[in-house]
Amino acid sequence: MADFPKPKEMFDSIDYALPEKQWEDVPPDLSPGNFCYPTKRKNLEYLGLPANKDEWSPSDEDWNLPDNWQTIIHEGFKDLLGKYRSLKIFMDTCVRCGACADKCHFFIGTGDPKNMPVLRAELLRSVYRNDFTMAGKILGSIGGARKLTKDVIKEWFSYFYQCSECRRCSVYCPYGIDTAEITMMGRELLTLLGLNINWILEPAANCFRTGNHLGIQPHAFKEMVEFFCDDIEDITGVRVNPTFNRKGAEILFVTPSGDVFADPGTYTMMGYLMLFEHIGLDYTLSTYASEGGNFGLFTSADMMKRLNAKMYAESKRLGVKWILGGECGHMWRVINQYMETMNGPADFLEVPVSPITGTRFANAASTKMVHIAEFTADLIRNNKLKLDPSRNDKNIVTFHDSCNPARGMGLFDEPRYVLKNVCNNFYDMPESTIREQTFCCGSGSGLNTEEIMDLRMRGGLPRANAVQYVHDKYGVNMLACVCAIDRAALPPLMDYWVPGVGVTGLHELVGNALVMEGETERTVDLRQEPLKEEEEDADE
Amino acid sequence: MPTVEFEGHTFNIDEDGFIDSFENFNEKWIQLVKKEEGIDELNEEHKMVINVLQDYYKKNGIAPMVRILSKLTGFKLKHIYELFPSGPGKGACKMAGLPKPTGCV
Repeated sequence: MADFPKPKEMFDSIDYALPEKQWEDVPPDLSPGNFCYPTKRKNLEYLGLPANKDEWSPSDEDWNLPDNWQTIIHEGFKDLLGKYRSLKIFMDTCVRCGACADKCHFFIGTGDPKNMPVLRAELLRSVYRNDFTMAGKILGSIGGARKLTKDVIKEWFSYFYQCSECRRCSVYCPYGIDTAEITMMGRELLTLLGLNINWILEPAANCFRTGNHLGIQPHAFKEMVEFFCDDIEDITGVRVNPTFNRKGAEILFVTPSGDVFADPGTYTMMGYLMLFEHIGLDYTLSTYASEGGNFGLFTSADMMKRLNAKMYAESKRLGVKWILGGECGHMWRVINQYMETMNGPADFLEVPVSPITGTRFANAASTKMVHIAEFTADLIRNNKLKLDPSRNDKNIVTFHDSCNPARGMGLFDEPRYVLKNVCNNFYDMPESTIREQTFCCGSGSGLNTEEIMDLRMRGGLPRANAVQYVHDKYGVNMLACVCAIDRAALPPLMDYWVPGVGVTGLHELVGNALVMEGETERTVDLRQEPLKEEEEDADE
Repeated sequence: MPTVEFEGHTFNIDEDGFIDSFENFNEKWIQLVKKEEGIDELNEEHKMVINVLQDYYKKNGIAPMVRILSKLTGFKLKHIYELFPSGPGKGACKMAGLPKPTGCV
């Protein structure tokens, strides 16, 4: 991307001035670089989803919609309204107070009014009024109603794929309207016409085929984990021995496949393996339920449900007591907010009890799934781990609350408690940018694809800006997070806006600090870089 | 699907210029991508990276993670970038005829 703008150019290009035209009269920008690539036909066919007539590109004038496209959308909308009372409420209750308008990172980064959550919802709401309300039918445009046209479909495609379903706007909405769910409904409707994006549906197709988004087959999955075991042995002198698909294990551990494939997530994976070995956890990994993430969430409720079912299916097959889940973001929204009614009841599992501390995780009584940050925080609180935080001394750390564990399950204090025990230097970003008000990485909900890098850098600007603040004030050089999309998306974001800040998972830092039984003296961290900066300098 | 012609061969490519399927790979593809990458002549190290990628792909159906690529070739990531300026994914994997990994990567 030779013509990619410099950070200052991008920053200066953001324009919040009042538009000259009414929003209905401004077509979306669907020039190359401003849309995600559409799903490849082979993936739609694999998933049994409607396929567009021919190959198409969002930049084409004619999208080759099926002849009865209006009926498909109308009936699909009616079906969703019948299924979800929440959608009907969200469509009816907005009073356009504007509380959400400036809370969206994509609005802040683009200045585009249609990235105001109120207006993004209005794209759908206007059609709802026209098709399903008496006022809309009688008053028409005066009542905020708008006819469904092919241009509206294009607008939906553009703006429902400029929302990362992070739900920051919902925190400020006095009615609690969940704009993420509106985006989900919008994407579901578009999917009925064969309109969706490859970066989401290729992972979904892979997941059905191999058990994980990346398409890692069982033998390769095992080999990759064993590769980490070799590295752990080189670094610590201790051999860790994870098992795979082992029946009768007490706990099944499920984490995003990004953790076994993509740096820096792989170092977090090593941290988990070291921790489990150290405490003697009776657990197993699965090469079938080898994905915590669920790109079905970004497509349709049915796809999400079908993909998520394998965690329970595998835990039943293996006969485990409960499931421990890794550092994934949207996985926890699916688990915490949908899983029990969608795939449960998991009455063949038990309410999770830590075999090490005896703590009963009553908060996980319905799903039987515990987040690794709560599990580790409980170990530390009960003095079950010997930690040497000075091994992380070269890292001056801040914590990015990943949207879904934060707003989807209220996981605020556990990661910070762990961080404060494994690092000596921890500084939070400003209050309005963390915890339930956290800013998205700018690439969530399947938008972490390269062709929209401009949008991703804009959407990530508010997060980067808060990192810049603690970078300048405290010298923060490491951004910790608990999400695999974060670990993939934040490194380029930091390189662009705040060079010099690295990205890590929580359990990479745990792995560094953990004093394992029988370990040799550590000289390098999990990245096999010297523990102290000076040595690194001396080395070079 | 867009196509590209090179020395009498036609390749189907995706939006990022990756070949549609490894099955359609042949030596001409390397010559084509080599030009795009601005590499004059492939040396033994380039060839080794390509061979390692293809062997791994044939066995596993995906590209190796960067750390495994480093271990199998003995090259640090920095050196792989020296060999393939667009990096292990958009440079080396593309030249070897492998698809681009998708997901949380």
